[in-house]
Amino acid sequence: MLTYTLRRLLTAIPTLLLISLVIFLLVDLAPGSPLSEIPLTVPPEVRQKMMAAMGADQPVMVRYVLWLKQFFWIEPQYLIDYWFGTDFAQGAQRIISWQSKAPAFQIIGERLPQTLTVVGTAYFIGILIALPIGIYSAFRQYSWFDQAGTFFAMAGFSVPTFFTGNVLIMIFAVKLGWFPTIYDTQLRVTDWASFYKMIMQMALPVTVLALFNAAEISRYTRSSVLENLNQDYVRTARAKGMGEATVLLKHVLRNSLIPVVTVIALGMPTVFGGAIVTENIFKINGIGAALIGAIHVSDLPLIQTITFIFAVLIVLFNLIADILYGILDPRIRYD
Amino acid sequence: MKLKSALLGAAAAFVLAPAAHAERGSDGDVKILYYQAVSTLNAYLSSGTKDVEAGSLVLEPLAGFDQDGNLFPRLVESIPTVENGGVAADLTSITWKLKPGLLWSDGTPLTSADVKFTWEYCTADGGGCAQGAKYEGVKSVDTPDDLTVVVNFEGPKPYPYQPFTGGTAPILQKAQFANCLGAAASTCTEQNSKPIGTGPFMVTDFKVNDVVTMAANPNYRDPAKPAFATVTLKGGGDALAAASAVMETGEFDYAWNTQINPEQQTQMEAGGKGKFVNAFGTLVERIEINMTDPSADLAEGERSTIKHPHPILSEPKVRAALSMAIDRQALVDVGYGGAARPTCNLVPAPAYQASDNTGCLTQDIEGAKKLLAEAGWTDSDGDGIVDKDGKKLTIVYQTTVNPVRQDFQALVKGWWNEIGVEVELKSIDPGVFFGGDAASPDTFQKFYADVEMYANNFDGTDAEPYMAQYLCDKIPGPDNQWQGENVNRFCDPAYDAMAKELSTTNGIEARGALVKKMNDALTKDSNVIIPLADRGRFSAQSNALGGFVMNSWDAELWNAQDWYRVK
Repeated sequence: MLTYTLRRLLTAIPTLLLISLVIFLLVDLAPGSPLSEIPLTVPPEVRQKMMAAMGADQPVMVRYVLWLKQFFWIEPQYLIDYWFGTDFAQGAQRIISWQSKAPAFQIIGERLPQTLTVVGTAYFIGILIALPIGIYSAFRQYSWFDQAGTFFAMAGFSVPTFFTGNVLIMIFAVKLGWFPTIYDTQLRVTDWASFYKMIMQMALPVTVLALFNAAEISRYTRSSVLENLNQDYVRTARAKGMGEATVLLKHVLRNSLIPVVTVIALGMPTVFGGAIVTENIFKINGIGAALIGAIHVSDLPLIQTITFIFAVLIVLFNLIADILYGILDPRIRYD
Repeated sequence: MKLKSALLGAAAAFVLAPAAHAERGSDGDVKILYYQAVSTLNAYLSSGTKDVEAGSLVLEPLAGFDQDGNLFPRLVESIPTVENGGVAADLTSITWKLKPGLLWSDGTPLTSADVKFTWEYCTADGGGCAQGAKYEGVKSVDTPDDLTVVVNFEGPKPYPYQPFTGGTAPILQKAQFANCLGAAASTCTEQNSKPIGTGPFMVTDFKVNDVVTMAANPNYRDPAKPAFATVTLKGGGDALAAASAVMETGEFDYAWNTQINPEQQTQMEAGGKGKFVNAFGTLVERIEINMTDPSADLAEGERSTIKHPHPILSEPKVRAALSMAIDRQALVDVGYGGAARPTCNLVPAPAYQASDNTGCLTQDIEGAKKLLAEAGWTDSDGDGIVDKDGKKLTIVYQTTVNPVRQDFQALVKGWWNEIGVEVELKSIDPGVFFGGDAASPDTFQKFYADVEMYANNFDGTDAEPYMAQYLCDKIPGPDNQWQGENVNRFCDPAYDAMAKELSTTNGIEARGALVKKMNDALTKDSNVIIPLADRGRFSAQSNALGGFVMNSWDAELWNAQDWYRVK
């Protein structure tokens, strides 16, 4: 298993390098300019100077190599300096956002807490809802519960979050006034009052996202449990006189959760990546909102950095899913 | 009427009275929403209006513009003029006298050295200063003593108030920014996000493109102000949600730039928690006519260049007909409601330089048809489209992707169809249209279309640099990488001569008269530019926020020191 992991990690390096190049070229080729938001009152000569100051007038390969150096060499030094109070970086040029002139990693650091809180909670709650629904739906296939669960999953999966989000805001925040419409990223939970506020501002976005996540995972769970229920070992267990609860929860469930765990692991990068649409609707200003904002103003360094981190997370969680699969299912052996 | 205004005045005085007695920091937190979130507080590195506005709470220029567009002293004792000796008789220098005893929010004194440093900062090589145009023509800045700043110009400057005035040219603290000159400017994250200023507030926390929190500046020059102890300046969402947060849910006290359609405006106002405030400045939505041939049959590098005059639109009568066919009031009613008003001028304000040009406000379809006929365009084959020498009058009309602009396009297309002009509509992503990328065929400078629509304005109140955009040598083309503001490719020696005269004319009235003449030359006399609507600033103010005065000449937050909580 260890050699397998190492091998996978090593093959990930060229993959990621290739991904980073492709992203860089894609973003660079995309139409738009970092100066499109600058008022037209700024004359062309000044615009050219601004482009030069950002380094945006350099050839694309020069900028790519510089970004590679900053991402893999300079930024880790800053991280070490930050952790251990050392001074390896010595003020070297970090990856700076063109729009805000702030280091890209500082922006990501500011954005990560709210994304992890909201999207993470939603993912967790989504799993908690999905598993029982999926298991029971399979156990009582074609019952009214299964039909209702199927309907719920289809609705949750096919109604887009920008629709459910806006409907919820309209009803519960604007008309009824129960929840705030704008997420306060500065709220720190220190006592019950602030905890209550946090719950209130998280309620709507978490509901929307949890519904969406639950829909997907519950379908996987259902089909996996169904598949196992028809296996020989289930018949054997029942023949041995085991109760249905034992059969379902002890034997079937353990086997059926193997693919579900993989699906959950593969979905983890989205938790870090944030939910672009939902974050924008609820003004959460997380990673997803930062990415879409950066795309709007063609802030290449920030887009590149965020999308590349997504790529790293996806490769990483793919590996984790494979390893988990191997651990959970003794029949799978990689070596 | 007189009694009514007297009563209103008394009522206003009554409402304003509590402000005079308020203490600094007595009114708690004021919540401001900028749906385009704030990226930096340093106007010199800004990427848009939002940053300049937010920065104006902290950083101040020597003088600002009030709601009527008049300069008023902020950090100086008075506005220098030729009469009071502050501006040299030969117009080559201006002397500003700082108010004595001014302190930065960190307690250190503001001196003329800071002012001089600000000029050095914005003109340093490699800094990419976004407000470079404010310091154009400045030869040197002298500081004879701690409170005196002398700005020397390279030549006579009839309008010497560009440097150090308005929210776009605030004074930076030398001690804080000393290591941020030139290429180092963008690495000074701490300084750019938490500048030390002389304004009513100082930054306590800054989250990029998310939220800025500020506290009352303990060293602000008026000990009773500001009334608010803290400011929360939040970003994110869109104009509609921002308007809703003030007008419907009451979560915020003020939301910037809530440009929403008239229907939504009425719906929001029904919320009863606030009101929309507007003020008109110089932002004009216009249709620009391409005087050169954008035909795709021409070779790349020849297309839309002065080598090929436009085959149809070079004829003044056709341009006049296009303008006459438009019902500007209908456009405003559909697109902007209270946020705009119809105009025939390129320079709609301030009054002293705005032409009294109203001829275009009444739509005249028949007149437009007649003009086309006079120019030889008639519908000879009865298909509803006019033609001449076997060629149909077809034009391509481009603008950016924007719901209001698409409504405008549809309406204008309808009217133009009525007079027999066939119109092909095109809409382009704003990032591309305004991006200025020389390789893209879709920038507004390249103008590969017959007419295009967008909005433009000028900084401050003086229109000279704005009028100078239409000089012959500002025409974009392949030789200058398609950079240049004269997108119409308009070139008239008489106009160039007027622009030259303006650059040496002194006196507000003479300058105003000249600007009016130039405005008319571009609009009603030639119809090279077809102005549509004068777009005001349009924001939402909560009923719980008092003292707010809308301003279209400076940052909207220009008088935040006078804001207070209505109890």
